Amino acid sequence: MNKVGRSEVRIDAFDKATGRTRYYEDRVPPGALYARIKHAEKAHALVKSVDTAAALAIPGVLKVLTCFDVPDIPFPTAGHPWSMDPGHQDVADRHLLNRHVRYWGDDVAVVIAENEVAAMQGVRALTVEYEELPFVLDVQKAMEPGAPQLHEGVENNILKHTSSRLGDYQSAITEEGLIQVEGWYETPTVQHCHIENHGCFAYEENGRIVVVTSTQIPHIIRRVVGQALGRPWADIQIIKPYIGGGFGNKQDALYEPLCAWCCTQMNGRCVRIDCSREETFVSNRVRHAIRFHIVSWLRRDGSIAARKVELFSNQGAYASHGHSIAAKGMGSFAQHYPCSHMECDSYTVYTNRPAAGAMRGYGMPQASFADEANIDDCAAALGMDPLEFRRKNIMPQGFHDNFSGNTNYYDTYRQCMSKGAAYIDYARKRAEYAGDTGPVRRGIGVATFWYNTGVYPISLETSSNRMLLNLDGTVTFQCGETEIGQGADTAYAQMVAQAVGLKSYRDVRVVSCQDTDITPVGLGAYASRQTYMESFSIRQTADLLRQKILDYAKDLTELPPEEMDVVDGTVVRKDDGKALMDLRHLAMTAQYNPVHSEHITAESTYTIRSNAYSFGCTFAEVEVDIPLCKVTLKNIVNVHDCGNLINPALAEAQVHGGMSMAIGYGLSEQLLFDEKTGRPLNNNLLDYKLSTFMDHPHLEAQFVENPEPTSPFGTKALGEPPACSGAPAIRNAILHATGVAIDRIPINPHVLFAEFSRAGLIQDD
Amino acid sequence: MSQYKLIRCNINGTDVEKMVDVRASLTDMLRNEYHLTSVKKGCEVGECGACTVLIDGETFNSCIYLAVWADGKHIRTLEGLMSPDGELSDIQQAFIDETAIQCGFCSPGFMLTAVEILESGRFYGDEELRKQLSGHLCRCTGYENIFRAVKKTMYRRLGMEIDF
Amino acid sequence: MYDMKALYEAVSVEEAVALRLAHPEAQIIAGGSDVLVQMREGKRAGRELISIYGIDALRGVVLESDGTIRIGSLTSFSHITRDPLIQRYVNVLGEAVDQVGSPQIRNIGTIGGNTCNGVTSADSASTLHALEAVVELTGKNGVRRLPIHEFYLKAGVVDIRAEEGEIQTAILIPRDSYENTFGHYIKYGLRNAMEIATLGCSVNVRLSAEKRTIERCRIAYGVAGPVPMRCPTAEALANGQRPTAALAEAFSRAVLEDINPRDSWRASKAFRQHIAVEMAARCLTEAVKKAGGVME
Repeated sequence: MNKVGRSEVRIDAFDKATGRTRYYEDRVPPGALYARIKHAEKAHALVKSVDTAAALAIPGVLKVLTCFDVPDIPFPTAGHPWSMDPGHQDVADRHLLNRHVRYWGDDVAVVIAENEVAAMQGVRALTVEYEELPFVLDVQKAMEPGAPQLHEGVENNILKHTSSRLGDYQSAITEEGLIQVEGWYETPTVQHCHIENHGCFAYEENGRIVVVTSTQIPHIIRRVVGQALGRPWADIQIIKPYIGGGFGNKQDALYEPLCAWCCTQMNGRCVRIDCSREETFVSNRVRHAIRFHIVSWLRRDGSIAARKVELFSNQGAYASHGHSIAAKGMGSFAQHYPCSHMECDSYTVYTNRPAAGAMRGYGMPQASFADEANIDDCAAALGMDPLEFRRKNIMPQGFHDNFSGNTNYYDTYRQCMSKGAAYIDYARKRAEYAGDTGPVRRGIGVATFWYNTGVYPISLETSSNRMLLNLDGTVTFQCGETEIGQGADTAYAQMVAQAVGLKSYRDVRVVSCQDTDITPVGLGAYASRQTYMESFSIRQTADLLRQKILDYAKDLTELPPEEMDVVDGTVVRKDDGKALMDLRHLAMTAQYNPVHSEHITAESTYTIRSNAYSFGCTFAEVEVDIPLCKVTLKNIVNVHDCGNLINPALAEAQVHGGMSMAIGYGLSEQLLFDEKTGRPLNNNLLDYKLSTFMDHPHLEAQFVENPEPTSPFGTKALGEPPACSGAPAIRNAILHATGVAIDRIPINPHVLFAEFSRAGLIQDD
Repeated sequence: MSQYKLIRCNINGTDVEKMVDVRASLTDMLRNEYHLTSVKKGCEVGECGACTVLIDGETFNSCIYLAVWADGKHIRTLEGLMSPDGELSDIQQAFIDETAIQCGFCSPGFMLTAVEILESGRFYGDEELRKQLSGHLCRCTGYENIFRAVKKTMYRRLGMEIDF
Repeated sequence: MYDMKALYEAVSVEEAVALRLAHPEAQIIAGGSDVLVQMREGKRAGRELISIYGIDALRGVVLESDGTIRIGSLTSFSHITRDPLIQRYVNVLGEAVDQVGSPQIRNIGTIGGNTCNGVTSADSASTLHALEAVVELTGKNGVRRLPIHEFYLKAGVVDIRAEEGEIQTAILIPRDSYENTFGHYIKYGLRNAMEIATLGCSVNVRLSAEKRTIERCRIAYGVAGPVPMRCPTAEALANGQRPTAALAEAFSRAVLEDINPRDSWRASKAFRQHIAVEMAARCLTEAVKKAGGVME
């Protein structure tokens, strides 16, 4: 019986349902010192001095370390695989603490104390003297000549500019009779808001530094801590326990380097850094706010003649993942709606905002919003139904992308759209709601998204794992790809059970906790890569393990290995399926054989040199109370093709979470900054409007299961895709309801008030 | 110079007493003095609900509840839901069965609010149920399966047919 | 662990008054859902606290002999909402405080704390203003009562005389204020739970016996100015009138004569004015319906 494709219970569900699961803070040893960070209260300044006397006088405060104490070693923080090519390495623009403060919330000093209260008091007692500098928050203003400069040698604050050209845009737009649809589309700065804040603790053991941290990427963190401290990477041991969500924020080195350094400054005593929620919002990472400029040229027959796309990506103060996000966003346009003539430019620009990094979707929630808003505007300009316009222009079956090597093997987009339209009764409602004219109007909208799996061919894709045959016939499985809440461990267990030939996924003991001293190297949870990438090395290692099992079985059965197989935890004769011995018997015999003792294990690494498209769509239905400037989401469905589902229940649950994030992105979430000072205004969970239990209708998740030909299990990306098309679908539903095309998110009451006033739908005397 | 006070209370069915720093929140006391680490810290200002516990049958954010106020109270945490013979409570089982748990960080608090709902013996319509659960934030589940788990358990306890 | 200098606990009003006189710098803490948050933020860090949370005598709702509804200052929002007297006589108050924060906050938050904060956005405040509630304070010189609109002095400041050891001990709703009176509260927020009001509007009406005339209409807002406020112009316009859609329209426009919202990062003045008008009309319509009337 298949072990994959079944809605099995998560292997960590029992512990999580009983409160036993231990996260980093549940593992902090007693007596650990508290380090708290003094964050800058200026958006851009040079620190002239830090007066530490008052802080040091507080009982319990042991040490104050400032930006004048840290080693002068710039380091990168992005959770990218290392590149042997220096030209492809991440931008190293960080220090442990900063004399040049580049955003409100930058790290200036750290107070280390015996208890939490003394550490808090110590931070408040520090007096920092600044030389203030002019600051800039807006991405395009930061590019202007004379704008405040954030980093030396980065001209006009442009961290990177890339472009792509297809055909001849300038000539193409001279074709007679073209309709031009132009728009500026604005996406906000948002934050991941995993419920467990980032935190970590560090201690020395045998002269090496151990850091236990809430991270998605333990092996990459080891490298970054080594870089930041100027220590050999092997001097660092990273332990990743269960974590309370990450969504990309923890795909970055956050406070692990600083914590490790503080530990070294306290002679190796255990030091903890626990981010408050307020710090998590500002001093971790955020999603890039990207401004888009799109010009589409349409023919009367509904085809797209040419398109121009510009992206201005607000990087904030430090490079983190940098241009990768804008580049991925830009790359989607030519594939999502292929047309012969395109001109695309993307700019990633430093500003005095919190550093932007990876966040669920990696540029695609932004690009999907802009692209799908413009596409709906195109349909409107032609008087076409937006679903029909998409069917006509979206990536066709058979489309091949030379760069990634991806092929659209199935007519995925159209299949997903048909399924979603059927669920939500699109055609009928589209017609019916068009007749609404009162103060409360209904609308229905659609949006699609483009996505691919993992980072090949831009970066390395590799996965390793180890399988140990236990004495009870179960298999212990260990890999560097991390469980962060999404259910990865359970998917691995199912794939391993299938690949080895065990009776149940419960016969696989997944070592969930990564420890870089003993865990095979993996890159971690990002790019929706883990199930796909791990599927290759699981099959490979399972083949090795099975071979070793059968080789040993040969001695016991006197049958050649090729005439035997492992099925449901039993060695069987291939011919007739006769059970020869169970794996427990084999393992015990092998281990305790006085003549030929063997612990049967296997381990391997697989270099993945493929990628896979993962597409889908959202349909949203809204009710708009025009006088109250309020949108109520009545109905929403996501349809995804992520190949064969390893665990349908977990896949569905993961889609729900992404849909929720997309709803917040479309309607309510944004981190606000005071224009006068650069100070963040709403960095807490009361003022930052994350969707609550009362802000969602039922979330419907559906799938089209086209097996992915490149994967041994037919699977591909699902982690991030659900967060991509929700916001534009809601935007397009509001357009349908009201006739008002809103080109910025979140579409909250303030935005609706401005837009409805402009459109004349509401009038105040 | 620290100020301590003897706090006697009942935690998960057992009478306990301990000298507690008056500056401690109930979260601090439960986690640090009693090692009840299912009580999670997500914001420490009463906005996320991860630290929710039951005090005399009502839900409270233990992060903004002074430990000294617990004196004389009956407190329940997730650790107290399992029966002494190791059997899960129906709500825990429902969270498992309905795939209502992902990262697991908000789950303990949610289950305690669910207990308050279930022990009221009342029927809650969908909107009421959502309102009762709205003091918890979750970023993984979109609340969908949590809703199913609580609703199904409520229906079962009330002996009602489940309408989905 | 909170950064507090010392904690004093009172279990009776007398103790609280004595502690207050002994520690004039100390901050009173009731349920703590505001004070502890501010202490965590650093705003009130290092302060002494006087906890009155343990004064059980200040919990509960009773009907006094003259018909006054007395709500003990430490009564939690959830207990107010569930209280049979509240449900029977001033249901609008129960509905209003049922929109505070979250269920957990409604279990810890108290009506005394909500009003003593003096913030304009408090969900109880607009309804208490519209009901002309009376605040009872107890200090070394005994009991002092004052109308709620006099209690609020300016943003974040209320008339409690710390030097006299005063604490708030009750909120009183006089009989005439609730008798034959029905109200409706709308909280405008950016999401449906865990929300601080962008604007709160509370309207109550008393209709004539045959339900054709509005005998008394009272409207109050939170966040329409630095403190919660009534709208005398709008009320005067509605009193004695037939409940019609045209009246609701005129009434709602008239609130602009009285309110004074400001621009802040949370919302613009223009936006608050716009929704104030819309909410006034909807609240009046609902209140009339609840009173058994029909909007003609």
